[in-house]
Amino acid sequence: MTATHSSFIIEARGVTMVFGGLVALDSVDFKVEEDSITALIGPNGAGKTTFFNCLTGIYTPTRGEVMFQAPAKPGGRDRARSLKGLSPDKITSLGVARTFQNIRLFNNLTVLENVLIGCHCRMKAGVFGALFRDKKTRAEERDMADFSYRLLDSYGLGAVVNDLAKNLPYGAQRRLEIVRALATRPALLLLDEPAAGLNIGETRELEDLIRLVRAREKLSILLIEHDMTLVMSVSEKLYVMEYGRVIAEGSPGEIKTNPEVIKAYLGEE
Amino acid sequence: MAPDTIKTPLGPAGPETCSGAGGCPGKSLIAENLTRLCFWARELKASFLAALWLCLLTLPMVVFKINPNDGSIVYRWILLLYVSAGGFILSALWRLMLARRDRVRYKRAEAELGAAESGSGRGPERTWVDVAVNSRYRKPAVGLVLLVVASVPFWGAPYTVNILITALIYITLGLGLNIVVGVSGLLNLGYVAFYAIGAYTYALLNYYFGLGFWLCLPLSALSATVLGLLLGFPVLRLRGDYLAIVTLGFGEIVRLVLTNMAVTRGPRGIGNISPPGFFGLDLNGSVKPVLMEWWPYLDPRLDLNKAFLFFIILGLVTLTIVAVFRLENSRLGRAWLALREDEIACQAMGIDRTRAKLTAFALGATWAGMAGAVFASQVTFINPTSFTFMQSVMILSIVVLGGMGSIPGVIIGAVVLIVLPEYLRVFAEYRMLLFGAAMVLMMVFRPGGLIQSARQIYVYEPARTGPAADRGGEALKGEGR
Repeated sequence: MTATHSSFIIEARGVTMVFGGLVALDSVDFKVEEDSITALIGPNGAGKTTFFNCLTGIYTPTRGEVMFQAPAKPGGRDRARSLKGLSPDKITSLGVARTFQNIRLFNNLTVLENVLIGCHCRMKAGVFGALFRDKKTRAEERDMADFSYRLLDSYGLGAVVNDLAKNLPYGAQRRLEIVRALATRPALLLLDEPAAGLNIGETRELEDLIRLVRAREKLSILLIEHDMTLVMSVSEKLYVMEYGRVIAEGSPGEIKTNPEVIKAYLGEE
Repeated sequence: MAPDTIKTPLGPAGPETCSGAGGCPGKSLIAENLTRLCFWARELKASFLAALWLCLLTLPMVVFKINPNDGSIVYRWILLLYVSAGGFILSALWRLMLARRDRVRYKRAEAELGAAESGSGRGPERTWVDVAVNSRYRKPAVGLVLLVVASVPFWGAPYTVNILITALIYITLGLGLNIVVGVSGLLNLGYVAFYAIGAYTYALLNYYFGLGFWLCLPLSALSATVLGLLLGFPVLRLRGDYLAIVTLGFGEIVRLVLTNMAVTRGPRGIGNISPPGFFGLDLNGSVKPVLMEWWPYLDPRLDLNKAFLFFIILGLVTLTIVAVFRLENSRLGRAWLALREDEIACQAMGIDRTRAKLTAFALGATWAGMAGAVFASQVTFINPTSFTFMQSVMILSIVVLGGMGSIPGVIIGAVVLIVLPEYLRVFAEYRMLLFGAAMVLMMVFRPGGLIQSARQIYVYEPARTGPAADRGGEALKGEGR
């Protein structure tokens, strides 16, 4: 592994997104280092979610490039590849998972089934496997159910595996959405405003959860968030966006004192 | 469902509202009874007003009758009494049922909340239907029903056998459509097109090339599957209403093509379609006398070809049930469910939306194709009028009435909609009226269908390494929710 310049896990180079005449993103340069927690903040309408959608393939950037580089296995070589133009499911199977600002669980399915669906891209069985239920398919099903249960259990949802997702309390739904994203076995986890709608206690729990996920799963995390306490305490690097542009980047300490950021958030004197 | 969003029902509360072991203090008991009394007084008043209103509305029609001979008016006040009494009783009954429904929902929500708070997996209260379908008696019950149904040709009338064949065909169709509509959430109003393709594949191959049923059955399935894929491609981007309209158009196009093409002989249709072969034996000629000797209870009028077809379709239905159950609880089935629940989240989970939709369309069509081949050999004559939009509606009704996504639901739906009307010919004139009324009642009282689909329950076995996904075990089928 050549660890000189290639330690990023995802990098956006000059990403521009234009809707009709509206420039939602204006040549955004962005980088998430391997094994880090990076945050993206900015006022409402700054283009944060649009940027997320460009990374995950829901939108294809008008200009610019998104490069993804899964962490190299020991002895292997890093291989960066472009995500531009790939479909969301392809990007997920490469190793980028996400959660949504407004929770998007499969409400009428059980908690375990939600996570099993997350395992989809790591499973192989097709129509014939399903119909004839051969040994391989059965083993796969069993392994995945086992994996899903353990995953849920390790994040404190073991007692509710058979409950319908819609019957969970709000905080547990947030948690389940993160666990479901983890089931796709990502190298990079994108969290879109994970603290939205949570109270102070639940936000504190979320903070612990984010740290736990990072330590346990050895992945990189990128989060969009409005809750400054959470962002400042949990993230190592911050990007600040306004009007579709990155106006500042740096450590939490640098960002707090950056005059551009203060101007964007508090207005000019 | 949070219980505070539900209107607290004050229905004829039983002892459960006053279940404390020490009993309620007398004062509150009186107060409670008073509230209950007030509630019923209000309900009865509303029913009375409804009856009065009905009287006013129907007054000119019911009471006045003009004698055309001398122009005199006959007043029939007694009829008004009947109308008001009928209106009052129906309205009161309706209100009673609604109060009961709300009470059940309230108790369910309460039970669910209690379960969530205590963290135990205790599910909500179950109805007898859920119990019957999901209990440990399920397997023996299914076996018994299958045995009884399979024995029908040995004692039943030819008429009964024929109706059962039709019902079984519709069960196959319902189960196939269930994959598309119930599981994947893609509203398909042109399902009859695949049925028609299956039927015509067999009929045409038989008519022009003399091919037999057994060769044509897989060919019918194949041609319907291919057509399903062909329809799937252009409608990939559509959802909901738009998809419904396009599939509706597709169904009509197929019917019109069949009507106007020379090769299908247009509206004249194709006749003399051969019944399925039985090892080259002439069933009615050589087998029947032997069988009659062995089993004297056999109805002598029974066409053994029909009886054989009955067993074929029964086998096909059994196969379909197993296949659909397996599909639903597989990787592919979960992808379909995810597609139904949330398309964007589904993609974010790494599911190829295009593929999931195409397989749903194609596999749904496969069963229709096979059902079509069986239908062609049942009626021995087909023409395009057998495959109208009404057929699509009928199949869709079976799925919706029975319960979206539920296999037992589809079976019961087919029995209710196909078999019952045959035996209730007395009410034939009111068939559509009853049909509509049944649909309205269903939507109010059981919006999820007769049998709501249950989710698979996974049981954790501490002795083993993980939750046993050991299918078919009775404990694994979910409780109805």
